[in-house]
Amino acid sequence: MSQPASATTSPDAAPILSVRDLTVHFPLRHSLLTHAVKLRAVDGVSFDLRPGETLGIVGESGCGKSTLGRAILRLIEPTGGTVAWMGTDFLGLDAGKLRAQRRNMQIIFQDPLASLDPRMTVGKIIGKPLKTFQPDIKKAELQQRVIEAMQQVGLAPEMVNRYPHEFSGGQCQRIGIARAMILKPRLIVCDEPVSALDVSIQAQVINLLMRLQREHGLSLLFISHNLSVVRHISHRILVLYLGKVMEIADRDSFYRRPLHPYSQALISAIPLPDPKLERQRQRIVLQGELPSPVNPPPGCRFCTRCPKATEICRTTPPELTDHGGDHLVACHHV
Amino acid sequence: MSMPKEPILQVRDLSIEFKLADGWKTAVDRVDMDLRPGEIMGIVGESGSGKSQILLAAMGLTANNGRVRGSIKFLGQEIVSTPAAKLDRIRGSAMSMIFQDPMTSLNPYLRVSEQLMEVLIAHQGLGKTDARKQVIAMLERVHIPDAARRVDLYPHEFSGGMRQRVMIAMALLCKPALLLADEPTTALDVTVQAQILELLAELAHDTGTTVAIVTHDLGVVSRLCDRVTVLYGGRVMESADIDTLFELPAHPYTNGLIASTPRLDTGMDEELVTIPGQPRLMGTAIPGCPFEPRCSRRQEHCRSEQPPLSALSGDAAHRVACHHPLEAASTQPPLLNQRVSS
Repeated sequence: MSQPASATTSPDAAPILSVRDLTVHFPLRHSLLTHAVKLRAVDGVSFDLRPGETLGIVGESGCGKSTLGRAILRLIEPTGGTVAWMGTDFLGLDAGKLRAQRRNMQIIFQDPLASLDPRMTVGKIIGKPLKTFQPDIKKAELQQRVIEAMQQVGLAPEMVNRYPHEFSGGQCQRIGIARAMILKPRLIVCDEPVSALDVSIQAQVINLLMRLQREHGLSLLFISHNLSVVRHISHRILVLYLGKVMEIADRDSFYRRPLHPYSQALISAIPLPDPKLERQRQRIVLQGELPSPVNPPPGCRFCTRCPKATEICRTTPPELTDHGGDHLVACHHV
Repeated sequence: MSMPKEPILQVRDLSIEFKLADGWKTAVDRVDMDLRPGEIMGIVGESGSGKSQILLAAMGLTANNGRVRGSIKFLGQEIVSTPAAKLDRIRGSAMSMIFQDPMTSLNPYLRVSEQLMEVLIAHQGLGKTDARKQVIAMLERVHIPDAARRVDLYPHEFSGGMRQRVMIAMALLCKPALLLADEPTTALDVTVQAQILELLAELAHDTGTTVAIVTHDLGVVSRLCDRVTVLYGGRVMESADIDTLFELPAHPYTNGLIASTPRLDTGMDEELVTIPGQPRLMGTAIPGCPFEPRCSRRQEHCRSEQPPLSALSGDAAHRVACHHPLEAASTQPPLLNQRVSS
């Protein structure tokens, strides 16, 4: 049953998604006298996502990870950069073509209950995307597809006429996943999909996503602040800090030898459910908190909290460079 | 059972029920728990386990539609049924509490200085000048940089981590014997959580304050706590020192909880172990074990007979409420079945 996670991807496959220098800036205030002040939520992010691959996007609150996920789907329009979807320019698509492509790309959200319309039955919620893209679909076929989607995610088809509030958090998340799966998408952006769930339910949903991914060759962008969860589900990891990529690497390589001081601190900050190991561990406790993305440090974004920072870090932003085996790091001191 | 010292908090047969639209629902069901002086106790459970309700009841803060039965003794004094006016002498001074979200538990209209000084003025009768001095000293103690200036800021002018430090400072101002912490790091980022956990450990160690921390995160427990109590469906499932609990969990629920937690140091590609089904929500009291519907070791009588919380042979401090505890925890046949209450 349990396949090596890497078995579904082939490193040579052409990327399904190519993101280059993507920026999302939010204007904060305008006036004639002052400069327009911008919040740099995402500031020059580049990566590729291959078919059947899960890319884990990790970072702390305010690092831009959710904005990045939404900008890729154009739920928030990017300010700059390019997104190529299956080889074609995605940001240039007009409304009609964008809509047609959207059926290949779905999203699931953190708060499972809030992302479901409380006045719609589960069947209506799950069937809605299909009805939207195939308005003349026969009622019986729609019903059949809804039932299939429910079975796929482990929901009993008898519950099709119930309302969201009758379900637990874990079941609501399954409804959200069924709604995303019914169009048979190529890509799902998962925005903190298990963060609101209890531990025992988290594991059920993670296993479900991994199984769907294997069986359907899905590509997942898995956004999370939880490095243990991300490690379990991802093939590659991207670490984001104040809108910039700090490190991108293959999962095994990243967790065996994280190279960026921020990645090292992040991993070291996670408490392990093992008291003996916890006592032996050397920990890097970072000082301070994330600076404001309105006025980010001019050099390396992480320099204000970095234990290794020197003069160059304060003045010159480090380039994202390959340290062998596609392990990319943006740091002057690696 | 020989306990080294008298417990600082003694919970006996505690039940908490709430009157909802469709009748009384049980949130906490006959819980026993002891906190010994100086220890850090982790109270672990998922949503609906009743973990936060126990802390709130200990502070006398159960919501108006709730009723509390049983006994909670703090330093020998009964808390349940004590009138609020009398509790106010203890709350915030000998016993204090910190919450998950510091933004909603600090008053947004008042400067931090006013909120913290008020504690000392009310409980210890200090004058403003002395109170202010002590407040600044305490803010320095929780490592708030530039405390003398920042003391006059408003809560929103602090970051999330700094606000939690302010809350901790406020709770510790009167040098409480007992600190109750309800998910104090859940709303924080991991790097900030690491700072706050380090701070709590340091303060507890230096002041000898007893701490009860409610959390759903087994990692937080293993980093911070000495002992742990596992709750499910309002009942205590298991209680032990942390090494024992993580190495030799005896309750199938504890075992499942540990196994289903994704971790950084184990195999990556296996499917995670899951506990089937959904957590038990607040409901009517049941005759059997609340975990029975999800348990892999359940048998017929688990549904009808409540397993008592009993010590495992060989370890008086390791207590488990299960008719069929895991073998590894005990080399001798469990004696639990004999003591089913009639």
